[in-house]
Amino acid sequence: MTEPPLALALRPLDALGRSALSIVDALGRFGTFLIQALAATLTPPFKIRAFVDRINFIGYRSLLIILLTGAFTGMVLGLQIYITLSRFGSEAFLGPAVALSIIRELGPVLAALMVTGRAGSALTAEIGIMRITEQIDALTVMALNPMRYLVAPSILAGVVTFPLMTALFDVIGIFGGYLVGVELLGLSQGTYFGEMKTFVDLDDIMLGFWKSISFGIIVTWVCTYKGFHVGHGAEGVARATTQAVVMSSVLILVWDYFFGSVWR
Amino acid sequence: MITVEGLTKSFGRQPVLRQLDLEVPTGSVTVIIGRSGGGKSVFLKHLVGLLHPDAGRVLVDGAEITRLRGRALDAVRRRYGVVFQGGALFDSMTCWDNVAFPLREKLRLRRAEVGKRVETALAQVGLEGVGGKNPAEISGGMRKRVAIARALVTEPEIVFFDEPTTGLDPILVNTIHRLIQGLHRKLGFTAVMVSHEIPEIFEIADTVAMLHEGRIVEVGTPAAIQASANPVVRQFIRGEPGNAEGH
Ligand SMILES: Nc1ncnc2c1ncn2[C@@H]1O[C@H](COP(=O)(O)OP(=O)(O)OP(=O)(O)O)[C@@H](O)[C@H]1O
Ligand SMILES: [Mg+2]
Repeated sequence: MTEPPLALALRPLDALGRSALSIVDALGRFGTFLIQALAATLTPPFKIRAFVDRINFIGYRSLLIILLTGAFTGMVLGLQIYITLSRFGSEAFLGPAVALSIIRELGPVLAALMVTGRAGSALTAEIGIMRITEQIDALTVMALNPMRYLVAPSILAGVVTFPLMTALFDVIGIFGGYLVGVELLGLSQGTYFGEMKTFVDLDDIMLGFWKSISFGIIVTWVCTYKGFHVGHGAEGVARATTQAVVMSSVLILVWDYFFGSVWR
Repeated sequence: MITVEGLTKSFGRQPVLRQLDLEVPTGSVTVIIGRSGGGKSVFLKHLVGLLHPDAGRVLVDGAEITRLRGRALDAVRRRYGVVFQGGALFDSMTCWDNVAFPLREKLRLRRAEVGKRVETALAQVGLEGVGGKNPAEISGGMRKRVAIARALVTEPEIVFFDEPTTGLDPILVNTIHRLIQGLHRKLGFTAVMVSHEIPEIFEIADTVAMLHEGRIVEVGTPAAIQASANPVVRQFIRGEPGNAEGH
């Protein structure tokens, strides 16, 4: 078959238009998914057991990794910031410098990234497998909304556990900085914590708190969405899992920047 | 009564259902037979509202479920029991909880009542005592029977079976068929069943419908189907390989 030259010339445009449409379509579905999930989250009946189970899945089982990464992040910061500050002779500010970087930035972001890697990927895989083995369809034909059973408890658990994980990360991280700064490098304990009290505001803590809540929503939203819209077979689940982790991580960092620049 | 009119569905360029028409009278057992890959599961998924047709419609007692969404669709589905081809058991729960799930969540029965009904349902499919196991820890045939128990435990008005007995041994095939027959007499549900169990299903079917190349090419009583002059039907029920192989 031969095509008229005009049609041939328009073909790239056609493809461009189609891919633009499919992107808009995907964004639309992504947004609708969150709205439906929030509707299921905010209206009774609530699935308490599923919620408790998700808290365990997302939060409790991430404790160890949060402890480990929190401690080492704090220790690395303690060391590097001490080295930097000592060039200006202002080691006394180690405490607030460590605390502010952790509370405002690293705590929420790293905790969210760690939970994404540990629990977000598992969440996508679990829901993806339920999709390809028709368990989600089974819920649907029982006239039970899968959003209510699978997605809403996860999002709610994300909102609850992410701030708690972040708080834990912050505390452990500050203690890690203390270990290096005070115990190893010989700063006085009074200076480390005293200066911290002077310079860290409630505002800084609230910033970290709201960041962590929004990360909780982002991660559970992306990961459940990817599981719900998984492709075919084991390969589809594998791809969805990877995409969920990559997309969550990128969104965490992008959102972190915008959030931080709007709320100082 | 379930009425299917002109149901048409393609996946990409592959047409699966082409203008399919069928009527399933209330209280009857209709068995769909046809070649593997012929679209029987796709057809059932349209009846339960999991797939949406490109054209045509499905009416359940006058409600056009191919158009319904949300609550209205759920109101119809509440009358359903569905056995998926792969069982579709919840693998995070024990078999017992799987059967109890629709009773707790869909019918919201009390704990004691749930316990009683689950025990009965598991006993009916010959699975007393395996309730505590996870679906991953039991055989394929056992999973199938748990799925049947889960679908029937709510005593639904309309039941869809997608190959409920495939993979079971001959004794179990007859046990399950008898169970379905017995429950059908007791509860009077409408059943649409996809099955490859020829000739066993002729004993429990009121109507047999042959799906071929996206349409129902022949409908009739088991006797009529067995005596059919249609070469496609004759060949299929006798299991003869031949020119129908490549359509
Ligand atoms: N979600 C889907 N996407 C694309 N194609 C599909 C999908 N579901 C089914 N098909 C195609 O539709 C056709 C019919 O499939 P279906 O599962 O209905 O067969 P079947 O009659 O149930 O076969 P069997 O007896 O082996 O279960 C197949 O060719 C299959 O490839
Ligand atoms: Mg099938």
